[in-house]
Amino acid sequence: MTAEPLAFRHRHLLGLEGLRADEIDLILDLADGYVAQNRQADRKNALLRGRTIINLFFENSTRTRTSFELAGKRLGADVINMSVATSSVKKGETLIDTAMTLNAMHADVMVVRHPESGAVKLLADKVTGSVINAGDGTHEHPTQALLDALTIRRRKGRLAGLVVTICGDILHSRVARSNIHLLNAVGATVRVVGPPTLIPSEVENLGVEVHHRMSTGLAGADIVMMLRLQQERMQGQYVPSFREYFRFYGLDYEKLAAAKPDALIMHPGPMNRGVEIDSEVADDINRSVILDQVELGVAVRMAMLDLLTRRERTNAQ
Amino acid sequence: MTRRSAYLNARLLDPASGLDVRGGLLAVDGKIADFGPRVFADGVPGGVDVVVDCEGLCLAPGLVDMRVQIGEPGAEEKETIPTASRAAAAGGITSLVCLPGTEPPIDDVSTLEFIARRAREAKLVKIFVAPAVTRGLEGRQLTEMGLLAEEGAVAFTDGHQAVADAAVMARALNYAKVFDKPIMQHPEEPSLSAGGQMNAGERATRLGLKGINRLAEVMMIERDLRLVELTGGRYHAAHLSTGAAVEAIRAAKRRGLPVTCDTAPPYFALTEVDVGDYRTFAKLSPPLRGEMDRRAIVEGLADGTIDAVASDHRPHDQDSKRVPFDQAAAGGVGLETLLPLVLELHHKGTLTLLDALALVTHRPAAILGMEAGRMRVGAPADLVLFDPDVPWKIEERALRSKSKNTPFDKRPTQGRAVRTVVDGRTVFLHGH
Repeated sequence: MTAEPLAFRHRHLLGLEGLRADEIDLILDLADGYVAQNRQADRKNALLRGRTIINLFFENSTRTRTSFELAGKRLGADVINMSVATSSVKKGETLIDTAMTLNAMHADVMVVRHPESGAVKLLADKVTGSVINAGDGTHEHPTQALLDALTIRRRKGRLAGLVVTICGDILHSRVARSNIHLLNAVGATVRVVGPPTLIPSEVENLGVEVHHRMSTGLAGADIVMMLRLQQERMQGQYVPSFREYFRFYGLDYEKLAAAKPDALIMHPGPMNRGVEIDSEVADDINRSVILDQVELGVAVRMAMLDLLTRRERTNAQ
Repeated sequence: MTRRSAYLNARLLDPASGLDVRGGLLAVDGKIADFGPRVFADGVPGGVDVVVDCEGLCLAPGLVDMRVQIGEPGAEEKETIPTASRAAAAGGITSLVCLPGTEPPIDDVSTLEFIARRAREAKLVKIFVAPAVTRGLEGRQLTEMGLLAEEGAVAFTDGHQAVADAAVMARALNYAKVFDKPIMQHPEEPSLSAGGQMNAGERATRLGLKGINRLAEVMMIERDLRLVELTGGRYHAAHLSTGAAVEAIRAAKRRGLPVTCDTAPPYFALTEVDVGDYRTFAKLSPPLRGEMDRRAIVEGLADGTIDAVASDHRPHDQDSKRVPFDQAAAGGVGLETLLPLVLELHHKGTLTLLDALALVTHRPAAILGMEAGRMRVGAPADLVLFDPDVPWKIEERALRSKSKNTPFDKRPTQGRAVRTVVDGRTVFLHGH
């Protein structure tokens, strides 16, 4: 690699709240470079050779874990995956104990997903290496928002000034929170749309416009971000039924017509076809960038692994 | 053998009578025999066993803490009766009321007798009991309130659980009238607060934590006030945390209902901002609220709507707090910080020194019908000698409680107990 930018100011990536626009640009610029690398025949380099990355997942995930694993391997690191059952009553003990145990193995980076908000921070306080939050409860999922931003920037050429509408279950979405923080930092306009039962309290104070109708929420939008609706939250608890939800909040061509003609459709996956998004719309190669998101996810995670290990690598030289 | 103790050069404070004068106090056989400006004005006569020179510090009735959770029986790793007693004595508390949230819960005479026996053995502060309203704290069947009252129960409460069922609450209020005991409610509508981790609002949204709407408190109080009107039973709303709840109690008092309430230091001294970045020591029940609610609590203390301040002591060990926020137990210790935090109300000009002390002496004692909290000839010599101004910093490590979970760690504060006396016997001496 040529002339590396300064090391990242933060030891961990626990969330995007408080991250500055120039820091986000730094990550995205670096990730752009890794996109190019990933499209070459030889996709591997040796930047992190001899380094250890532990993927510690307290919650099931295939795509995020695979994406981090691939990112680590493409940088030449040794990657270990650990899935920890969370069914035991004393989950907290497991968390701290696991953190201390893994810390003793000198992992350079730990990538952690946990079903509870704040758990990744608790763990980060106990380890000597860097920690990347791969999703904690309903708090943040920073690399997802970064890959979303990279996807938008590559398609639209910019982030500032765009109107981005996030639709669906905002209440339980860590992806929504990370996106709100990032998009506000870079000067985009952020809207959220969903039934009032799925909009968190005082979310407007995070810098978003709140809408309850897709027609107004999508009006003039450049980007339409759909969120996954957790099936267990249906059946009358937050929304009366799937079909009612789809009728009012499922993305189909009719509702999409309110957005700009060149509006892009995004989804963090995995999709519930026919619940939050119509299959035809999801597969529309002119509008949907859902597969781009998957590809760019690897590049963004490579960029983060690179950045967070820079100080340590410089010291080691 | 009579035993006489003399306290000289004191600033005598009795909130109940408004006394604030320099003078002395004589205790004979554990009771107050005489006090006032002329007592020992000409020096100490012969035949006195103990002479304490108060050096101008404040001598007041010992503090009465109306809400204390102890871990015994069942959670001795968090707090035992001896450790809670030592912490209370160090905080200037001479009488405390323990809550029924033990394992098993204090819901029958035998558990109550166990507590009484353990308190006698510890032989430090006086421990009273507010047993459960319902058996097993399950919210369904009433406990044997009459038998418990005969054994000294001062109130009935399901501790940190609301008596949620309206019919059960109506029966409890109605039945407890016979024994003239208040029902002490944890006012929180459980169907609204279920699963909640902190105050609902922007901060909970940012942290991704499930919120507890502030209205859950006033909703339960408003329902209960209807039941008080219906039954005429005595009702006490515990640890108020919201302005709406204060307003509801204020209006009920104006209508002449037999209603009282208390709050705890976190609700007038901290806000949800103190939760910071998932600080589990600031996870309390009810949760810390916003600044507007905090100010409304201070206002309720200033105008007398709030009758008392309790420590709301709730010890938790590391295993219960060094976990993700969702899993962390709610509550904080408070016995050793009650006095300085109540004195903050005086130092900030909200209340006079006497009015601040009233919140932790005769006013809670009156609600619970306890013979405590007053300086009176013939009353037990339960006293606290304190320096109202000495600055110090609350440090969790320095706490005597078995658990160290204070939400006030590192807080600079003013005023502390120097000597605590129960029945004429010194049970705490600062620096010893």
